[in-house]
This record gives sequence, structure tokens and C-alpha cells, in this order.
Amino acid sequence: MHDGVALGSLLLALLGGIMRVSTPFLFVSLGECITEISGRINLGLEGTLVFGAMSGYGVSWLTGSPWLGVLAAGVSGMLLGLIHGLLCSLPKVNDIAVGIAMMLFGTGISFFIGKPLIQPEAAMLPSWHLGSWSHDPQVRDALRVNALLPLGLGLAALLRLAFKRTRLGLVLRLVGDNAAAARALGYHVVRLRILATVAGGFLAGIGGAFLSLYYPGGWNEGLSSGQGLMAVALVIFARWDPVRCALAALLFGAAGALGPALQSQGLTQGYYLFNAAPYVLTLILMTLSWRPGQTLAGSPGELSLTNRS
Amino acid sequence: MNMYRQALDSLRPIVAAIVVTAGAFALFVAASGYPAVEALMLVGKGAFGSGFAWQNTLSRAAPIMFTALCVAVPARAGMVIIGGEGALALGGLAAAMVGVWWASRPVVMVLAGMALAAWVTGGLWIGISGWLRYRRGVNETISSLLLAYIGQAVFNFLVEGWLRDPASLNKPSTAPLDSRDMIGNIPGMEVHWGLAWGVLACLAAWWLLRHTVFGFAIDIVGGNPRAAKMTGLPVGRLMLAASVLGGGFAGLAGMFEVAAVQGCANADLMAGYGYQGILVSFAARHHPLGVIAGAILIGGLGASNSLLQRHLDLPDAAAQVLQGLLFVSLLAFETLNRRGGRHA
Repeated sequence: MHDGVALGSLLLALLGGIMRVSTPFLFVSLGECITEISGRINLGLEGTLVFGAMSGYGVSWLTGSPWLGVLAAGVSGMLLGLIHGLLCSLPKVNDIAVGIAMMLFGTGISFFIGKPLIQPEAAMLPSWHLGSWSHDPQVRDALRVNALLPLGLGLAALLRLAFKRTRLGLVLRLVGDNAAAARALGYHVVRLRILATVAGGFLAGIGGAFLSLYYPGGWNEGLSSGQGLMAVALVIFARWDPVRCALAALLFGAAGALGPALQSQGLTQGYYLFNAAPYVLTLILMTLSWRPGQTLAGSPGELSLTNRS
Repeated sequence: MNMYRQALDSLRPIVAAIVVTAGAFALFVAASGYPAVEALMLVGKGAFGSGFAWQNTLSRAAPIMFTALCVAVPARAGMVIIGGEGALALGGLAAAMVGVWWASRPVVMVLAGMALAAWVTGGLWIGISGWLRYRRGVNETISSLLLAYIGQAVFNFLVEGWLRDPASLNKPSTAPLDSRDMIGNIPGMEVHWGLAWGVLACLAAWWLLRHTVFGFAIDIVGGNPRAAKMTGLPVGRLMLAASVLGGGFAGLAGMFEVAAVQGCANADLMAGYGYQGILVSFAARHHPLGVIAGAILIGGLGASNSLLQRHLDLPDAAAQVLQGLLFVSLLAFETLNRRGGRHA
């Protein structure tokens, strides 16, 4: 009897946690999905995430509007995406190396500019209290849906449609699959890839704003620890399909929520190990979804990461 | 003559990148409301402006040489490994434990045991990435960074749990090393012996990559894996060996931080040397001798940081901004490199 209650409250804590933790994964992975479909990898989204978190928090604090903060985070993500896109367009410049550099650069400038933001309290993003019918505080907490999650889920469906049905989506896929063919048809490959990286940066920046403006909330230097990087692996696991990205983001959210949920139930032993669950999950999924010497199904043909001899 | 010409050619983009970095940093600092020219002068002064600055710079360069080799050696085999920070932490932890458990043995044995433990631990940790790459084709860049996060979690779990010295109250640490087992300074300098070993490691790596059959084979694997397979080279095993070797170097960085600086394993080990090594290796185009110079340069940027903080009240992330700018401009100038520089 007692165990049943404990399991129930653990699951409730997990449910609330999944919605909180998966939202940044969702936005970053959708952004990375757009970039990868165009045939480029942006490993620097970790830096974009942190930069978005910082600028979103700063703007929300200055203007009092969290939504302006989200917009600012998106725009600053676009800026980093633009730098990445332009650098990768130079001859002999490798997108993976640029990504690593942008990861260090993005976190560095965020910590530098964001130093005065550690103290002040900015306006937070709102949430819907779907559980207000219940008197149980745990149920109410578990059913609190943040405003960005439905937006992200809707965006995932929209993006899938866009990649399948719209002209821009199809052109982007062509550019990612076969640059020579796209060029022959008269499309500007480099420009489209830069565009895709900028769009990816926009979404990753929004994911960052969620970190500082909702959960964990506040600005500090430990806000992101690899979510941006895991999103790259997540997209590959989701086989470049936005809807599957959303499902995978929920799965990653569950892994990330496990540690805090167990902690809320009083289990503090092995705290660090539970918090490593998302990394372990990513590693296992990568191992399972990659095949040696074989190109992954659905992989954009121009992608350096998944096509090898 | 031709050799000098080549060396000059490969230096040109690096010098250009440093100039652009200085300019961009000055602009960035000025835009944030700090005196730009003074900041640049302080970077130079804090890195190389005095004997004290040089000692600080060289002490920081020592671990970076090792972590840069963790990137450079696998890169010759065509792998981009960026998880040196985790191998450093776990290598340092293994070394600290051997140091504590073997405290009653002769000093030479203790230090050799610590080095071996660090080497094996770091090597095995990065070896996982190499193994996943060749058995399953898993991208080693992502897997190595994930392993760095996992390694740090394991490190924290052990240092705050089973391996914690009950006497370390505020900062969870392993039990301290016996002072006789600590590595001292190079005579006449306030720089520990790790620097000499770091230079030696770079020389050894250079010799191994340049003058042995193993190095030649690894270069072929990195240059053209398909051709390597056709000539009958054991491509997978060579990649695995390169990653284990590289990880061993990162483990040694942890061992020297424990045995020469910290005296025990605690969270201070994870000071970002693993990430700085990535930058250094790329700046040196994964050339072990270039790593020596690059490590001194980046060590200098780190050394000047406290001066920037004290005199101008700059945020401590200034060093990260400098390093990030330098990394980005180095890659951008790679495009001007006339010889087709090989980038893993």
C-alpha cells in the first residue's frame, strides 16, 4: 500500500518533470533538425542555448516582458547561427570544428555579458494550471504546462508538413541531399544552408530562454550542461523527422527528470549518477541507431556526420 | 629554404588570427564599457610581462600540453575527440587513489603507480569513444563529450561518496597525498616538473607520429580510411590505439594536477584544461611540436585573467571570450592556408 503511494507520487513528479525538462530539448532539436536537413551540422548549439538563456533573461528583466525575452533569445541565437553559417561557407572550413569553437565562444560571451544578471529577478514565462481541479498539490504541480511546450509541439507538426509539402522545405532537403543537383537546378546552396543555420539558431535560442525564464529559472553559469549537444544526437536518433524529434525530446526529458524526481521523493544517494542518465541514454541510443560503415536511413546525403566510408 | 618557407606559410594565418582576436577582444571590451587598450596591455603583461607571469603561464601550460595531445593524436587518425576533461578528472582520481593506497611504498614506485593508473584510466575512458567509432560507427566527437559529462558525474559521485576524506568538510576531496610524494618544482623556477614532462610528452608524440611505422599507419588512416583498408591496415585497431594513447595523455594531465598542484582529487581538477586543449590542438593543426607553443599561448591567456579581474574588474569569463574569439578566427583564417591543411 505504502509503496503504491510512493510510486504514484514518483510518477507524478516525473510527469511534471518531463514537461519541464523536455521543452529545451524540443526547441534545440527542431532547430538542429532544420540545419541538418540542409546538410550541415551545428555542434555549437550548446553555446547558442546558453547565449539565448542569458539574453532572454536580460531582456525580460529590462523590459518586464518574458515574451520579449524569448524573442530576444531567438534573435541572439540567429546571430550565432549566422556566424556559424558564414564561417562554414568559407572554403576548407570544417563545420564540426566551427561548432566546437562556437560552443566555447557562445558560453564565454554569455558568462561575460551575463555577469550582472546573476542577482536580479526577471519576469518568468507563464504556465497553464491544468490541474487546478485537484486539491492534491502534487497533481497540480504535475499538470502545470509551460507556455512554450504546446508551441514547440505544434511547431514540430508544422515543420514535418513543411518538409514534405512546401517548396522551401523540399528545396532545403534537396540541398542537404545532393548539393550538386540543387546547384544544377539553380538554387543557391550556400545561401540556403546559412538560412537553415540561422533558423536553427533562432529555435535553439528560444530553448535557452526557457532555461532561464521557466525551468530551472534564473541566470547562472551552470544553467545548461550538454542539452545543446545531446540535441544533435537526438536529431540523428529521430532520423531527421520533426515529429519524431518531439517524441525523442520527451524521452530525453524523462531521463533528465529522473534525478530530480527521485530527489523529491527523498532519495539523495547517487544523485550525481541519476543526473548523468540523459548522457548515458544518449550514448546508448547513438550506439543502437548507428550502423558501422553504413549510411543511416533518412540521412541527408551531404551530412558529414553520418556518411562515412 | 623550402622548409622555412613552409613554416612561415603555416604561421601566417595564426598570426593573422591573433591580431584579429586582439582587435575583436578590444572592441568587445570597449563595448562592455571597459578600457580596451589597457585590457590588451594587461593580457600581455599578465601572460608574459614578468618572471612571475611567465611562471604562472608555464604552470598552466603543463596540463594543457597533455590535454591537447588527447586531441592531436586521435586527430591524426581522423577522429575529433573533445572529451579530454573527463579523462583528466578520472585519471586524476585514479592517481590520487593509488597515491593514498600506496603511501607507505618508495616514492618512485608511488609516482610511477600514479602515472600508470592515470594513463590507463584516461586511455580506457577515451578508448570507449574510439571503440564505439570503429565497432558501431558512432560519431566520436559527440560520444567523447558525453563521456566527459558522464566522467565528471562519476568523479563527483565517488569523491563525494565512497572516496571522500571525512576530514574534507567544505570541499569534498579524497585523502591528501603524503607531502613526500608530491612532485616539486623545476630548480630555479616556481613551475612544477609537469611542464618538463609535458614537453617530453609532446616530443615523444611527435617522434611516434613522425618517425615510426605506427605513426605512418595512423596518418594513412586519418588521410584516407578507405585506402588504408585496401592496403590491409587494421584501421579499427589503429583508431582504437590512437584514442587510447590520446586519453592516456589527458589522464596524465590529471595526475600532474593531483601530484603537483592540488595534493588530492577534488572538483578543482575540472578547471577547463580539457577544453583549452581542444583549442590548442586545432591551433597547432594537431602537430605535437606546435602544441608546446600553443599551450604556452593559451596558458598565458589564462594567467592574465586574474590581472584583468583585479585591475579592471572584468568578469572572469574574459579568458573564455578571448579563447573563443581566437578559436573562431583561427578556423576562419584556415581558409587562407595555401597548402591544403588537413583537418580531421
